Amino acid sequence: MSGTFVGMPAFPKAAHDAVHNETLRGNLRHATHTIRAKRANAVAELSDWAELREAGKRIKDHTLRHLDRYLVQLEEAVTAAGGTVHWAADADEANRIVADLVKATGESEVVKVKSMATQEIGLNEALEAEGIRAYETDLAELIVQLGKDRPSHILVPAIHRNRGEIRDIFRKEMSEWGRPAPEGLTDTPAELAEAARLHLREKFLRAKVGISGANFMIAETGTLVVVESEGNGRMCLTLPETLISVVGIEKILPTWRDLEVFLQTLPRSSTAERMNPYTSMWTGTSDGGAEAGDGPRHFHLVLLDNGRTDTLADEVGRQALRCIRCSACLNVCPVYERAGGHAYGSVYPGPIGAILSPQLRGTASDIDASLPYASSLCGACYEVCPVAIDIPEVLVHLRERVVEGGPVTREGNKVVLQPAKGHAAERAAMRAARWAFTHPGVLRSGQRLASRTRRLHPRTLPGPGQAWSGSRDLPAVPAEPFRDWWQRTNGGKTEKGTSK
Amino acid sequence: MRVALFLTCVNDTLYPDTGRAVVKLLTRLGVEVDFPMAQTCCGQAHYNTGYRHEAEPLARHFSDVFGDYEAIVTPSGSCGAMVRELYPRMGERARAEGRGDTLAATLAPVVQRTYELTEFLVDVLGVTDVGAYYPHQVTYHPTCHGLRGLGLGDRPRRLLQAVKGLELVELPGAEECCGFGGTFALKNADVSTAMGVDKVRNAESTGAEVLCAADNSCLMHIGGTMTRAGSDMRPVHLAEILASTEKEPAA
Ligand code: SF4
Repeated sequence: MSGTFVGMPAFPKAAHDAVHNETLRGNLRHATHTIRAKRANAVAELSDWAELREAGKRIKDHTLRHLDRYLVQLEEAVTAAGGTVHWAADADEANRIVADLVKATGESEVVKVKSMATQEIGLNEALEAEGIRAYETDLAELIVQLGKDRPSHILVPAIHRNRGEIRDIFRKEMSEWGRPAPEGLTDTPAELAEAARLHLREKFLRAKVGISGANFMIAETGTLVVVESEGNGRMCLTLPETLISVVGIEKILPTWRDLEVFLQTLPRSSTAERMNPYTSMWTGTSDGGAEAGDGPRHFHLVLLDNGRTDTLADEVGRQALRCIRCSACLNVCPVYERAGGHAYGSVYPGPIGAILSPQLRGTASDIDASLPYASSLCGACYEVCPVAIDIPEVLVHLRERVVEGGPVTREGNKVVLQPAKGHAAERAAMRAARWAFTHPGVLRSGQRLASRTRRLHPRTLPGPGQAWSGSRDLPAVPAEPFRDWWQRTNGGKTEKGTSK
Repeated sequence: MRVALFLTCVNDTLYPDTGRAVVKLLTRLGVEVDFPMAQTCCGQAHYNTGYRHEAEPLARHFSDVFGDYEAIVTPSGSCGAMVRELYPRMGERARAEGRGDTLAATLAPVVQRTYELTEFLVDVLGVTDVGAYYPHQVTYHPTCHGLRGLGLGDRPRRLLQAVKGLELVELPGAEECCGFGGTFALKNADVSTAMGVDKVRNAESTGAEVLCAADNSCLMHIGGTMTRAGSDMRPVHLAEILASTEKEPAA
């Protein structure tokens, strides 16, 4: 499991295997269609969904516009409540801060609450390199970790696995990490859950250090919020003495009241629940005298930038930072359903991954340059997004960045990108087409030539055309383009049988 | 009423029957149709593939050709959405880049007056029964840009329901993308094909003879998938069904 996915092939190639893997496609199809239908029902129950969505969008936009101010306010509030705030510009810096904090406790193992930010920076691997073992405690995340696999969904990282596969992973791998799987474990959900519970309980009770992310941070009070379904997160947030939370700087909300909106939209969008089962909130530490809050004994907040400030500088693309990681866009995306999460080569798969990863990481690698094209622009993601991120708009914007280059901000500096390599033929074709289309006579001669040679046109093509005709027949070229018919018959008026 | 037909480059070149059907239909409804010969392409493929700067001259050309018409009607949800949804965005971007309001002002008239065919029939002409006759079982696929881009809603279905002899069968997973997506069909052919195959499978499960949509680009992809699968189903553009009458029935 790598946080950086270096050397990942471009999306079409990465998707190829998934598309032809029947088991995988069956697992994905079943899971996404089930949750999709449930979400639609949960959303339909609220008469004010459209207003909630608009409110969520506004709160996030306002916060992003004044992010600097709210971050400073948050830091003051967390510090006043006994916590310590660290600032990390990138993944390496964040990993170093966390590793040093863990070492300072003298511990060599930590329990983890499911967190996208720590995956983004590849924290588990970085800790491993320092001799610290990180145990994932979210059930799906545990399956991924035990299976030496990569997560393929934001919310259900093991969505690509079925129960039989999970049973096999538990049987084979649990003993290496701690308490082994019970004898004769079957693939019934209850038995699998019980096996995980027993395995994890050992770790909860032993661990002195917990690591988490956060769904929200409240600037006015310094409170962090984690929303989850299993309760395993709450164990990590309350049992260990030291808690280290790594959180993206965009996760901030100005006031306690703002939470109201998201505690309605997030669970309904992600798990189709009216209210998520566990909402944990903590402020600073419980151990710091008069001003102390209600957190663990020691609390560290690592605020992660890692490309977010650069993303914020982009007028069109910055809306991706509104994302609350509900995963509704993944579940509704027809491309994600066929390609699977791994094809996106990023911890953020699906539509949001396709716009977030190339902004956080830049478009230089093959995979990042191909992600903006991993969509048919059907618009289903925009329709379900609870904070109204116009994902198709950002996809097209990033395509422009790939093929035309242009100004971007990287590490705080304005730079002008050159067009990505490998698009020369396409660019030439687009230019030629534009030229023909701005010269109607040229278009017409082309159409006539096609019609005159129509019997010679094969319905399958060699070369690049194979991408089309390898799997679909081409339509036959008609004897006469419309415009010739129009002219010949004076708009149909002189053609026999066409009514006037 | 006199309207300009914006047929789209794909229909003009590959699907002239759809164009003839629109002319026949609108003429029957008392609308005078003009086909400005200088029309070409709205620039959608350019824009959506990331070539905004190649798309801009095409938008200007579109505006030159159609700017003076009272109404512009197109039998394509996606090209309609290009003009109505994305031309304004091109204008905004030009402004954001410090090129002033010129582009937005040039495009404004065509943005306001462009209608997808079913919108024009239902909203402007105020008809749902267009006097058509089509004695076939039909299932309807709402294409993404018509459905979510333009918000056509139930207009196409209402028009189909009013057609004499036509039996409308619901398509399972109707609102799922067919996988065409313009250059997506080439750039991500595997995923695109997988989506198309599922769409055809769902269509086949209805037992209908005809799969109807209001966009020939999607029909080209779905139809090409059908013939490859050896399916007996036929892809037919909505306009051809609405143009069909007892006197002159379409196949
Ligand atoms: S982009 Fe929207 S729908 Fe997708 S995960 Fe983020 S908030 Fe949810």
